Amino acid sequence: MYVAGMTAIVVTMFLALARAAIGPTVFDRILAVNMFGTKTVLLIAVAGFLTGRPEWLDLAIVYTLVNFTGTLAVLRFARFGNLARDDRKADRS
Amino acid sequence: MPPVELLLMLLLLATVIVVARLKDLFAAAMLTGIASLLAAGLFVLMDAVDVAFTEAAVGAGVSTVLFLGALSLTSRREKQEQTRILPIVIVVATGAALIYGTWDMPAYGDPDAVIHHHLAPDLIAETEEKIHIPNIVTAILASFRGYDTFGEVVVIFTAGVGVALLLGGLGLRRHDSGTEEES
Repeated sequence: MYVAGMTAIVVTMFLALARAAIGPTVFDRILAVNMFGTKTVLLIAVAGFLTGRPEWLDLAIVYTLVNFTGTLAVLRFARFGNLARDDRKADRS
Repeated sequence: MPPVELLLMLLLLATVIVVARLKDLFAAAMLTGIASLLAAGLFVLMDAVDVAFTEAAVGAGVSTVLFLGALSLTSRREKQEQTRILPIVIVVATGAALIYGTWDMPAYGDPDAVIHHHLAPDLIAETEEKIHIPNIVTAILASFRGYDTFGEVVVIFTAGVGVALLLGGLGLRRHDSGTEEES
């Protein structure tokens, strides 16, 4: 069953990569990349159970954090065009 | 090679080809994050969880942010350039040389590899009775090469202090900006 799950995850990874490559909008790509990160986490978790090392689950959870940070940075860039300044605040003052 | 790792390698190859073909640099920066996550997944499957963690934190986390920071200072689209032959020849030649170099390496997981017969048997046999630490990797890192680890910790501490000083002067400047907002 773990093998079937792993196959499904890898197929989903291919689909997500295709969506990230085709686009067409930025948000399709952001969603695809975020989903790809989630699939990596799932793959590591399932592989951990498959090889009898459920400790990898902890590792997978930390990957989720890394993925989340990257997604936040990408979203911020897509919204404001930069990472450091808050342009809305500068406009108000 | 097990089928999952083969599939991940194929995904990695597809990802880097897509990155090289994309003209939108914003999308390319995001896709490099995918490539790093794939490499990290491969490292995990090869039991190198510490390397994998570094790859995920640096490749997918920090370097994506750094790429985006650089992009905010430059253009978002790659300039149209004619396809040139010389760069691809150099890349293919370098890759071929690297693959040729791996032919002399022992196979992955080969129990007869030299590195498994140099120090590892002694360490496995004697670590516990010598210094009474059950985990051999921890014993090597914290005791046998303790000075090396200490040096690494000093380097990381120095880098952290430098970044803290650059970002906020250890809280001094944050206090100043706070009073500005109040006034």
